[in-house]
Amino acid sequence: MDTTARDRIVITGNGQAGVQLADSLRAAGFTGDITLVGDEAAFPYQRPPLSKDYLAVRDGGAAPAPLPLRGEKFFADARLDCRTGVAVTGIDRNGHTVNLSDGSVLAYTKLVLATGAANREPAVPGAGLAGIHGLRTLADAEAVHRRLDTVRNAVVIGAGFIGLEFAAAARARGIAVTVLEYADRPMARALSRPTSEWFAAAHRQMGTALRLGEGIASFTGDGAGQVAAAVSTAGHTYPADLVLAGIGVTPRTELAEAAGLAVDNGIAVDASLQTSDPDIYALGDCASYPQAHAGARLRLESVQNATDQARHLAGTLTGTVPAGPYAELPWFWSTQGALKLQIAGLSAPGDQTVLRGDPRTGRFSVFCYRDGALAAVESVNQPADHMAARRLLAAGRTLTPGQAADPDFDLKAYAKRVPTSLGT
Amino acid sequence: MAKITFNHAGGDVDVLEVEPGTSLMRAAVTNGVAGIVGECGGQAMCATCHVYVREEYLDALPEISDDEDEMLDCTVEERTDRSRLGCQVTVGEGLDAVEVDLPESQV
Repeated sequence: MDTTARDRIVITGNGQAGVQLADSLRAAGFTGDITLVGDEAAFPYQRPPLSKDYLAVRDGGAAPAPLPLRGEKFFADARLDCRTGVAVTGIDRNGHTVNLSDGSVLAYTKLVLATGAANREPAVPGAGLAGIHGLRTLADAEAVHRRLDTVRNAVVIGAGFIGLEFAAAARARGIAVTVLEYADRPMARALSRPTSEWFAAAHRQMGTALRLGEGIASFTGDGAGQVAAAVSTAGHTYPADLVLAGIGVTPRTELAEAAGLAVDNGIAVDASLQTSDPDIYALGDCASYPQAHAGARLRLESVQNATDQARHLAGTLTGTVPAGPYAELPWFWSTQGALKLQIAGLSAPGDQTVLRGDPRTGRFSVFCYRDGALAAVESVNQPADHMAARRLLAAGRTLTPGQAADPDFDLKAYAKRVPTSLGT
Repeated sequence: MAKITFNHAGGDVDVLEVEPGTSLMRAAVTNGVAGIVGECGGQAMCATCHVYVREEYLDALPEISDDEDEMLDCTVEERTDRSRLGCQVTVGEGLDAVEVDLPESQV
């Protein structure tokens, strides 16, 4: 579109997706108004460190400062109207306006929903006790961090990325940690069985009591409203003066639903990230889109997904790149103590797995094949494999399982022969 | 306080005074220095905080870890002998001043 000074793009959500979009719009030469509206009080900050480095800071009780997404100077220089502690409460699609919780009304030419996701909360007896935390926002992280100096027994509900990142950080501080996971292996939704089982052993070596096949049944209190124990579905009782619930998220679709936009496991957008209203877009954790590599509608929760979609949308909105479907390769990472997990592509149950490297050394990759072609690569403390895999998968190239397993096969050189760049 | 000088590809210069213990990436991101992204939050996972450290400071830097070494092979702008990830270089003890050149792009 031709952008003029009268254009105003309103972005609801000032997390990774929203802020990157604002940045990329300016970088692409958009000269109209850009307003970011975020319901958290804090200035836009990075979430990934909150379950990792942030928890390791031992600073005499003071809450560590989060890592900002951009400095305040950046917002000023780029003329970004960044409002914090204010929620968008409604969308008037006909009038092209949004209502804010502070009573103001903002007109938009294009509206972008980057509302993110919210933690799922345990729905079992005792879930309302104090001391049961989620870990997503800065406020969550501050509340957890404040307790870590005195907590002795922590119980983690759910062996996903967040739960295991927390478990490793808590173990490093000498806290006794029990992880309850209903599935038979950790990170089952994201990882192949071999990688998942390697992580189970690694966490047990860190001293974490990983209880697989056990979900949470109830919490019991100390009589003063504070959690004291977690009771599992197997009937075991685990003492807990802090509970960390890492049982997934739900996309924040309530605004979209109230406005009558299509919702399908997230705000439903097409391959150009447009919702069922041509002047409203959605991206990041809150949006489901036709995923090129999976060949299905998917909603992904990752920094890469948020930032690459934001760059793509900025190009579409400013007309600076040829219109086309969003098709970047998904990749993910998790840091659990000294373990660095990097995933390129999307694995699926039933993938054939091929091991590269020796897991006993703590550095290896698992190559996942589907229908004879490389579909995903999971790397542990092996960033070179990960980056090579990203190059190959982004270019739609494969290698034979024999090559993948051969330690003498030069994966890096092979991947570098791919003529395209990593894309972004 | 420690001093960091960022030389932008276009010729602009940003000079920061920061607390000892601050990484080049955090200093840049916190103070709105363009040209450093730090998308992974300092985990040496994304190679978007690539800097070229001026010759005279190279000897005072910590060794390049295996992980950083691998990621430096994957930066958008070409790696040189002066390349480091800004998230892995911290000012303070032994490095109370440092000057770096920024690549033209990070992603």
